[in-house]
Amino acid sequence: MPTATATAQVPDQLGRFGPFGRRFVPETLMHALDQLTEEYERAKADPAFQKQLEGLLHTYVGRPSPLYFAERLTKKSGGAQIYLKREDLNHTGAHKINNTIGQTLLTLRMGKKRVIAETGAGQHGVATATACARFGLDCVVYMGEEDIRRQQLNVFNMRTMGAEVRPVTSGSRTLRDAINEAFRDWMGSVEDTHYIIGSVVGAHPFPMIVRDFQAVIGREARQQCLDTVGRLPDEVIACVGGGSNAAGMFYPFIEDEGVTLTGVEAGGRSDQPGDHASPLSYGSPGILHGSYSYVLQDDDGQTLDVHSISAGLDYPGVGPEHSYWKDTGRVQYTTCTDDDALATFQKMARLEGILPAIESSHAVSQAMKSAADRDPNDIVLVCLSGRGDKDVNEVARLTGQEL
Amino acid sequence: MSDDTPISLAFANVKSNQRLAFMPFITAGDPDTTMTQELIRTLSSAGVDLIEVGFPYSDPIADGPVIQASYTRALDSGITVEGILRAIAEAKTDDTPPLVAMVSYAIVFRHGVEKFVTDAKRAGFAGFIIPDLPGAEAAECFELVRSHGLDLVQLVAPTTPRERVQEILKSCSGFVYCVAVAGTTGERTDIADALLDQLRWLREETDLPLAVGFGISKPEHVEPLRELADGVIIGSGIVRHLERLAQGETDQKGTLDAIGELATEMVSATSGD
Repeated sequence: MPTATATAQVPDQLGRFGPFGRRFVPETLMHALDQLTEEYERAKADPAFQKQLEGLLHTYVGRPSPLYFAERLTKKSGGAQIYLKREDLNHTGAHKINNTIGQTLLTLRMGKKRVIAETGAGQHGVATATACARFGLDCVVYMGEEDIRRQQLNVFNMRTMGAEVRPVTSGSRTLRDAINEAFRDWMGSVEDTHYIIGSVVGAHPFPMIVRDFQAVIGREARQQCLDTVGRLPDEVIACVGGGSNAAGMFYPFIEDEGVTLTGVEAGGRSDQPGDHASPLSYGSPGILHGSYSYVLQDDDGQTLDVHSISAGLDYPGVGPEHSYWKDTGRVQYTTCTDDDALATFQKMARLEGILPAIESSHAVSQAMKSAADRDPNDIVLVCLSGRGDKDVNEVARLTGQEL
Repeated sequence: MSDDTPISLAFANVKSNQRLAFMPFITAGDPDTTMTQELIRTLSSAGVDLIEVGFPYSDPIADGPVIQASYTRALDSGITVEGILRAIAEAKTDDTPPLVAMVSYAIVFRHGVEKFVTDAKRAGFAGFIIPDLPGAEAAECFELVRSHGLDLVQLVAPTTPRERVQEILKSCSGFVYCVAVAGTTGERTDIADALLDQLRWLREETDLPLAVGFGISKPEHVEPLRELADGVIIGSGIVRHLERLAQGETDQKGTLDAIGELATEMVSATSGD
C-alpha cells in the first residue's frame, strides 16, 4: 500500500529516502562519509566541476547516448512502440562510466590518490579502471572468484588498464562479498583512498551521489523523447540489481505522474529463496552494506544467498531509493526469469542486431510483455544499460555452443 | 554516568584495585555453543573482568579475516540467535563477569530492537556493542537499552574528529570502545602514538572508562596504555586459537588451555604484575 507520495526531494540531511537509507557503518568510516558529503555538495555547486564533467561525458564517454526506435522488436511484440536508450554505446559499454567519471573527479578534489571498487559483472570494475587510467590514479578492484570465472574478458580489460583485480574468496564469491571486501579495505585506507561504489547502495551519501551521476540517462532520454515523439513516454522500464541504471533512468521522471515506471529484478530459476535475486519482490526491509532497504535475509538477519544468470544483478540488496519508490507505489517492481532473459538476448540479436547485456535483457523482456498489452500509440522506453560482449562466453556455455 | 550497571561496577572495581580491565572477545558458536560455554567458564576462572560475545553475522564489514572466518564457521554449523541466548543463559553464574554482546544492527533490527534487548537481558547480557550503529544513528536504541538498565557501548575510531565525539557520547554508556587502528579487527605489532594522543583528549571529554581494542593481542601491548586507558580488549588473538582448532592443529582441551593461559597472562599484565 502506498504510504506517501514520492518526491524527487530526497534524501534528507541524514540520508533518508522516506524511512530508507541512512548510515549503518562502523565509526571508522563516518568521517570519510561526512567529508564526501561536503565535497560533493561543493562540487555540485561549482560550475567548473559541472563543466569538466559534462565535457568528459561528451568527448570521452560519447554522450548523449542515442534514443533508438526498435522497429522490429516493436513489430514482434505487437503493441506499443519500444524505444531503447542506448547506454550500451557508451565508452566501456555500459552506464557504469557515468558514475565512475563523476566520482573520480570527486576523488581528485579530495586529494586522494588511490581508488577501490567492487564489481559483479565487471562493468563497474572496467569503468573504474578506465577512469583511474585516464586520471593516473591507483586502482584496486574487488571481484568474487565466481564472477571472475564468468567475466574473464572484463578481468583482462581491467588488468590491461593497470588496475589490480583482487579475487574475493569469502562467502558466495560474488558481488555482495566483493562489497564486503571493498569496505574492509576502506576501513584501513580511508585517509588516502576513495571507494567508488558502483551502485545506488551503501551508506549516505553514496545512493544519492550515484543516482545523481546516473540521472544523466533519464534527463537525456526524457528530452530525446519530447524531441522525437513530441511527448513523454507512457512507461519507462529498467533492470534492477543494486539499481543504478534504473535510479538514473527513473529519477528525472519521478514527478511526471502520467509516466508508469517499472523496475525488473532478477527472477532467476524460481521464487524460492536462493533461486533469485529479487529483494523488492520477495524480500523485506533490513540492513545490508550500510543502509536500510529491502533485502533477502533469513529470520535471524543473516543475508541469504542469491542466484541470477546475470552477475550484475546477483545481489541480495537494493538501493534505498528503490525501497522508497516501492513503498510509495511510484515504481512497480516485477521479475524476469533467467530463461526469459536468455531468450530475449537472442531475440535482440536476431531482430535488432544488438547484443544486449544479460542484465539489460531482463528489462527488454519486460518491455516486450508490457508493449504487447498496450495500444500501438503508446511509447515504452527501455534503458538498454549495457552491451553483451562480456556475456557471450556464458551464453554460449548455457546454450551448449562453443566459441 | 554514575549509575551502577554491571559494566560500570566492573570498571569501578578494576579502578579501585589500580588495574586495567581485561576483556577477551569470543565468537558464539565456533565451533559450537558447548565450546562457547566452556570458554566462558575458563575465562571467568582466569579472572577476566568482562567478556565480549560476538554474534556471528554473514556480512561483517568491520571484522578482519580471523573473526570473519570464525563467524562463517559458526554460521555453517547452524548457530542462531536463539541458540546463543540459550547457551549463555545456561552458562552464566553469579561468578561470570559482565557479558557484552557484539552484534550487528542487521541482526538486532531483524529481531526488533525491543525484543532483542529484552531477550538478551533475560539471557544474562549486561550490554551491547553494535558496531554498525554509529553516533546519532544509535540514539533511539540507546534510550531503549538504558531503560532496561543495560549499557550501549559506542566506538571511537582514529578517524573520529574531536568535534564529533560529544555526539557519540550522547548515545554511549558503560565504557567507550577506543579503536586502536583504522582498519578491521586483527592483530598488530605496535601501539601508535596517535592512539595515545587520542586517549589523552578523550579523557578530557568524558568520565566514562576508555577500553582499547582492534590490534591489541599480547601482554606487551598493555604497558604503554596503563596511564591513559581503563581497559584492553583482545579479539583476533583469542579467536586465532579457535582457528587452530578448526584446522585440526589442536583439540578442544588444548584450545581451552591456550586461551586460559593467554587470559591469565593478560590479567597479570593488566594488574601490573
